[in-house]
Amino acid sequence: MSRREANGHAADLPPGVDAPVFAEPWQAEAFAMTVALHDKGLFSWSEWAQALSAEVKKPGAAADGHDYYEHWLAALESLLASKGLAAKSDVDAMAEAWERAAHATPHGKPILLENDPSPTE
Amino acid sequence: MSHDHDHDNELDPFAARVRALETILTRKGLIDPAAIDVIVDTYETRIGPRNGARVVAKAWADPAFAEWLKSDATAAIESLSYTGRQGEHMQAVFNTEETHNLVVCTLCSCYPWSVLGLPPVWYKAPPYRSRAVIDPRGVLEEFGLTLPATKKIRVWDSTAELRYLVVPMRPEGTEGWSEERLADLVSRDAMIGTGLARQPA
Repeated sequence: MSRREANGHAADLPPGVDAPVFAEPWQAEAFAMTVALHDKGLFSWSEWAQALSAEVKKPGAAADGHDYYEHWLAALESLLASKGLAAKSDVDAMAEAWERAAHATPHGKPILLENDPSPTE
Repeated sequence: MSHDHDHDNELDPFAARVRALETILTRKGLIDPAAIDVIVDTYETRIGPRNGARVVAKAWADPAFAEWLKSDATAAIESLSYTGRQGEHMQAVFNTEETHNLVVCTLCSCYPWSVLGLPPVWYKAPPYRSRAVIDPRGVLEEFGLTLPATKKIRVWDSTAELRYLVVPMRPEGTEGWSEERLADLVSRDAMIGTGLARQPA
């Protein structure tokens, strides 16, 4: 990471400093979408904190925090639905289209929405 | 092999939902996929605890800056071009001989991104969020930090509007050091309060 390069020495870093912050690409995308939508003024950061807090305090959150971005995504979906920006039914349908597209895409090829064999729109 | 054909791409449900949101919002003109990539890159590679370490090192080396940081951390930090994206205010809390400061967000995971990057996994996990307030001394011991019983621990609970940066105590034996050299002693955990500044080698 940049910190390591900037310092030129990593031996004295405490454990965990360089652990990746995103475990999977979708987590980074969900995070970045939230930042971009806030930048565009579609919600305040307090509204976002409330939405995220409502999700993370639901019972069953993992003690090791590995499901954090699952809560993040649920918070983003509920905030967008409440703002009328992306209805749950639309997201459900579009997610199914993406899953069909993924399934119809030969291994090793980029997954494109156009690959959905049964588009509904 | 569970697959007997080559149509074996799968998107897990979370990845599919993120793509669905991205498609819907892009079509509405609310987000630009290229901008999303820039944000990811920024947070993965450009913003990190090095920013906060420079703030702390400057406060150690420059008493006027330290005073400014104490009285108006938002402006002092902005003067170094580390600007919060969420319009949040910053408060710097200084460790002293008497008091150690510890930052948590019990509500969710508010964190001073502009100076520390994205929070570590443990900061966002329920055990830290719930126990830092109830048993800060015990939590610090789990981080390998045993403070004398006479030292007070003050816990700061972050919000969406106000984020905290701990300014650890400057280690002994660093008189005359450059800010750059001092910054190398400032770990992320020291700026959350779950650690101290490193001792000079």
